[in-house]
Amino acid sequence: MISVQACLDGILLGILFALIAYGMALQWGVMNIINIAQGDLVILGGYIAYFMYLYGIHPAWGVIVAPVIMYFVGIVIYKLVINKVVDRDLFISILATFGISILFMQLMNFAFGADVVLANSDYGTTMLFNNNVVLPNSKIFSAFISILFAICLVIYMKKSKLGRAIRATAQNARAAKILGVDTEKVYAATFGINAALCGVAGALISITFTIHPYMGLPYTIRSFMIVIVAGLGNLPGVAMSGMGLGVFEEFADYILGTEFRIGSVFLLLVLILVYRRFKLSRKREYLK
Amino acid sequence: MRLNKILLSFISALVILFSTSIASFAKVVGDKIILGAAISLTGKYSSNGVHTQNGYNMAVDRINSMGGVKVGGKTYKFDIIYYDDESNPKRAAQLAERLISQDGVEFMLGPYSSGLTKAIAPVTEKYGVPMVEANGASRSLFTKGYKYLFAVLAPANLYLDVAIDLAVEKNNGKGVTVAMAFEQDAFSQDVRLGVLDAIKRTGSKKVIDDKLPKELNDMAATLVKVKQMKPDVLVVSGHTKGALTAIRQISEMKVDVPMLAMTHCDAAKLSKQHGKNSQYALCASQWHKTLTYKDDFFKDGMTYDADFTKEFGYAPPYQAAESSAALLVFKDAFERANSFDQKKVRDALAATNMQTFYGNIKFAEGGQNVDKPMVLFQVMCDDAGKCENKVVAPTKWASAKLIHPIPSWSER
Repeated sequence: MISVQACLDGILLGILFALIAYGMALQWGVMNIINIAQGDLVILGGYIAYFMYLYGIHPAWGVIVAPVIMYFVGIVIYKLVINKVVDRDLFISILATFGISILFMQLMNFAFGADVVLANSDYGTTMLFNNNVVLPNSKIFSAFISILFAICLVIYMKKSKLGRAIRATAQNARAAKILGVDTEKVYAATFGINAALCGVAGALISITFTIHPYMGLPYTIRSFMIVIVAGLGNLPGVAMSGMGLGVFEEFADYILGTEFRIGSVFLLLVLILVYRRFKLSRKREYLK
Repeated sequence: MRLNKILLSFISALVILFSTSIASFAKVVGDKIILGAAISLTGKYSSNGVHTQNGYNMAVDRINSMGGVKVGGKTYKFDIIYYDDESNPKRAAQLAERLISQDGVEFMLGPYSSGLTKAIAPVTEKYGVPMVEANGASRSLFTKGYKYLFAVLAPANLYLDVAIDLAVEKNNGKGVTVAMAFEQDAFSQDVRLGVLDAIKRTGSKKVIDDKLPKELNDMAATLVKVKQMKPDVLVVSGHTKGALTAIRQISEMKVDVPMLAMTHCDAAKLSKQHGKNSQYALCASQWHKTLTYKDDFFKDGMTYDADFTKEFGYAPPYQAAESSAALLVFKDAFERANSFDQKKVRDALAATNMQTFYGNIKFAEGGQNVDKPMVLFQVMCDDAGKCENKVVAPTKWASAKLIHPIPSWSER
């Protein structure tokens, strides 16, 4: 029963992380930008839901309001900063988004204060297997919403004109430009969509966990790891590696102790990277 | 050319003005005793930094309006130079250096948090500047042999051992099983050491000893273990984030435990953010308004609470109360030393033995206050869902009876 519990906890946690990672993979793939401010966008989305909660609106509505607001926040960031670094070196974009991250942290601290806050959903708890496995409904809700948004996005990417333009730009920006795709617009939309996804995730995090202006970085790191493990442009991979990492984390926590939780995840990352290199080098030999 | 000359003379005039104004800031000027403090007004500690500053300011106004400090037959008034340390230890150390060597401050008040106090203490020690601090409780501050550091609060290792004693008392003096979940930071680990001592002393047994990572706010795995092991006491310490996360997940996962003890409940505004879900949680606190300590300036806790609320628009957390107490200690020491000589003031501080509205204050060799026990309050809610913190231990100060064991979630 304990392993069922740890498994489910991990999967629910992983799905949420996978949503953030998906946004990161999208803009990484399309724009070749690693967004260090990813986590801070998540936290900002969380604050939107929190303020709705403060004004008596159920925070679950945040999953609709937060992405709309965050989409425009994303567009503004793109117009102000990102469009100047998008064709440059990866290092420059990391520096620029790192700067945005610090700016966001300080602004949020200034505007919302340094208190740890949360929004209560009062969703209750689901008991399974004769009360041996307990799942907070808020976690189930956030996993469900995450999956919903991910599916919508995949369909949108496949069917809509903008979605096709985004995919074309990701494959070859120059060719897409020649064929009449307004890549500038595509970049802006991609960044906006990523910010909107962060907004959804943030609203969910304010319902399931806690938010604080300085709590963004762990989410950036986690999504970065998921993308690294899954590879770019590999959506099922992102979902699988998100859940896999979540489950692995819970088990590591349970078996080795909480202090080894993060450490074991990083160890896994190193092993995966080494394994990848190993595979790559074998391929290279084969090509010779 | 002419314009240049005018500009030059203007700038030099400014420089002269500026340098004299800096010089006039120094130490004891006219009828003013200038204290220096680096406080977190921005950054992650800014809420508690502001509580600290409000506590200091409240005491300065009160002491000044009630006759000030009498030294050598003359009356002096307190004044404080504040700098914002941005919640950054390095910055705090720089500012301490600046306060002492540029502004000429000869007496310091502490910053907020153990980490920042640790950064400042070596500086004040180097210059022999007495510092009374009110917000650094980490045990390691008091084992370094600092001579000029004095803390009005009880050290971190005493935060939760009262809870273990209480659980043992409720168990008819027999040892209990304890589950521990502590964040991996200096303060929480000090609290953990205190709990370990208490476990050893009472013949209890630890069954879970988890160290929570600083970054992730999820303790579901720990709580699964708690459900399985069914300990008598669950102790959690991880600042406000830890307290909020614990209550949220304990209530969501319906974890039944006879006693739940935590730190930072009032800073986390637990009863406000979680309402009835936080009911029955035991919280360690340095101070509570219902304690019956008294002094001449603030009278007692209830009066302090009312005055502070009137002035700042919110009820004082203990961080504010202990900060106010630091000024009372300084005043007392100056008057006993009857001098502004740093050495004499230091010796007078070391000999402090007084009562304030915040508690008794008497410093041990290491500078920690050994005369003020921690109190435990329990969150108690009425049927309408309004929650209040009531002191339940030590018995001497209790204003309500401890509810033990905590009713199970299915009965609530």
